[in-house]
Amino acid sequence: MTDALLSVRDLKVSYKVGRISIDAVDGASFEVPKSTIVGLVGESGCGKTTVARALTRVMADNATISGGQMLFEGRDLVTLSQRDMNALRWRDIAFIPQSAMNSLDPVYTVEYQLNEVLRRRGGLDRKQARMRCEELFELVGIEAGRLRDFPHQFSGGMRQRVAIALALALNPKLVIADEPVTALDVIVQRQILDQLRELQQQLGISVILVTHDISVVAYICDRTVVMYAGRVAEQGQMDATLTRPSHPYTMGLRNAFPDLQGAASGELTPINGAPPNLASPPAGCRFAPRCPFVIAQCTSVVPPDVEVEPGHIAACHRAGEAVALRNQAALTETWMTEA
Amino acid sequence: MSTGAENQAKPLISVRDASLHYKVGGALSALRGRSNVVKAVDGVSFEIARGESVGLLGESGCGKTSMGRLLLKLETATGGEVMFDGADVGKLSGEQLKSYRARTQLIFQNPFDAVNPRFSIRAILSEPLENAGIAKSERETKIIAALELVRLPQPEQYLDRYPHQLSGGQLQRVVMARALILQPEFVVADEPVSMLDVSVRAGVLNVFRDVRDRLGLTAIYISHDLALVRYVCERTIVMYLGKVMEDGPTEDIVHEPLHPYTKALVAAVPVPHPDQSHDPLPIGKGAPDPRNPPSGCVFRDRCPAAFARCATEVPTLRQVGSRTVACHLF
Repeated sequence: MTDALLSVRDLKVSYKVGRISIDAVDGASFEVPKSTIVGLVGESGCGKTTVARALTRVMADNATISGGQMLFEGRDLVTLSQRDMNALRWRDIAFIPQSAMNSLDPVYTVEYQLNEVLRRRGGLDRKQARMRCEELFELVGIEAGRLRDFPHQFSGGMRQRVAIALALALNPKLVIADEPVTALDVIVQRQILDQLRELQQQLGISVILVTHDISVVAYICDRTVVMYAGRVAEQGQMDATLTRPSHPYTMGLRNAFPDLQGAASGELTPINGAPPNLASPPAGCRFAPRCPFVIAQCTSVVPPDVEVEPGHIAACHRAGEAVALRNQAALTETWMTEA
Repeated sequence: MSTGAENQAKPLISVRDASLHYKVGGALSALRGRSNVVKAVDGVSFEIARGESVGLLGESGCGKTSMGRLLLKLETATGGEVMFDGADVGKLSGEQLKSYRARTQLIFQNPFDAVNPRFSIRAILSEPLENAGIAKSERETKIIAALELVRLPQPEQYLDRYPHQLSGGQLQRVVMARALILQPEFVVADEPVSMLDVSVRAGVLNVFRDVRDRLGLTAIYISHDLALVRYVCERTIVMYLGKVMEDGPTEDIVHEPLHPYTKALVAAVPVPHPDQSHDPLPIGKGAPDPRNPPSGCVFRDRCPAAFARCATEVPTLRQVGSRTVACHLF
């Protein structure tokens, strides 16, 4: 694809813990086309946040990018100098953290914090910054009169809007949002998602939305990237991946999710077991120990990326049988195996 | 499916006009003309029959957790009364309170916060037995039985482990086992799966349902997520700013919410597939301010259907078909 804004290729990120090194992300590849929302989904420990952090190159002290490329408009973010990366952050790639409560400084007004970005990083003068602040607040639907308020004077949803305003301050091309609505109530969550979608379309930017919640993906994303144990299990257009999941993990996730529009009080089907310890991941497919469709080669050979339909890729040895597996996966008995 | 009112037997729990008002702020905020009372629970009434499971649904700050705490006498009502099996919970003390504590239990939201990290699983589960005066020799069998009840395979292997060695889902089952080990009659579960990953959440919910049915427990399930409440509760009570908005069979509420707030709440629940409505929610923006709730109906400032009467008169719960609704539209 040539119209990709960002292309991540075979990315590896490892954490040093004591004397061992853990590959939290082990060969992830995906693309973010222009003007789309890509949902990066997975459970805790699957590496989704690590990928998001690697893209900004703001990582934990013990984390290193140990391989791969992150091509942003053709430039590889992995090899970019610290200085060039600094110039890129916020102007081209902005970050919305999970908890706006912790990301805003409680002792400064939100205007001060916006100004800091606009003037120090954006080089705007006082008057321009003032105007931009008002513009940004209007954009995210907060009255300009509240610019002088401190973070604690805002509700959780409002604070998340302030965080979005901060991220959009310098007109970035790519916004990475790490679980932006997880801590919020359903109604506020929906309003923030609507806002995010509207802004994304209005400004024509791309968004990587990191989340554990497939219903958030279903609501707002154009593309889905499902991660499991440091690798991409499945990716493609959101409709395709959610209506025709082709990796057993995605099928399982769908089943485990309560659906208000679905039939009443059916059993929710859990995926037995837990994600593997990445210090000693299983050979072959990492989902194999929990997978009800496991065959011999799953435990020894790393599954190839199979294109099940154009642009829809599943890393599974049995991706060719996806239709049959999907039918089986819909039955609770299928998942009742001892893990 | 039965609501409390229809049930012939005497209700296990009966809440009458219960209130829990907290004093907040001090003289300064009083001088500034701000109210310094937060009505976390304000004039709530409902009954729960033996064996019934009821979801308490609402957003943060709606009073659902405070209501749960009232039911367990972790807080004492500042008005009205909470009756459990014929006794006024607020007046319990001494031996009576002790036996009440054994008959009621709480399952916490975050399992890692609910247990002492320096206790082994054996010690965590022994503590309630010790408090109940159960002989040492009998404890081990009871512990194993409780762990089997929550479907932890080969329970013996967990006894000498510590909380950090267990996954969230496993530990939440231990927390559930601890709540159930004294065979309570009534359990309050406060968002018991919100900290867990999706793939294990379903397992814990299934265990909760299964155990409740097997022991014939009466349960309150506190959550902001109607999709989860639906899996465990046949009846749901919707709260907003300390008051009950709607109360009735969960399926009816899911398929045809009556109260304007419930309508917004149901519409806001995200669903995990692409074909869904993206219409704006039928609710005003902004968050409720519990210190200065609007006059009349507390929901009126965000309600798309509000009219003059809503500002002047507090709506009371009225019977509408299978449920009760507090709204002037009905």
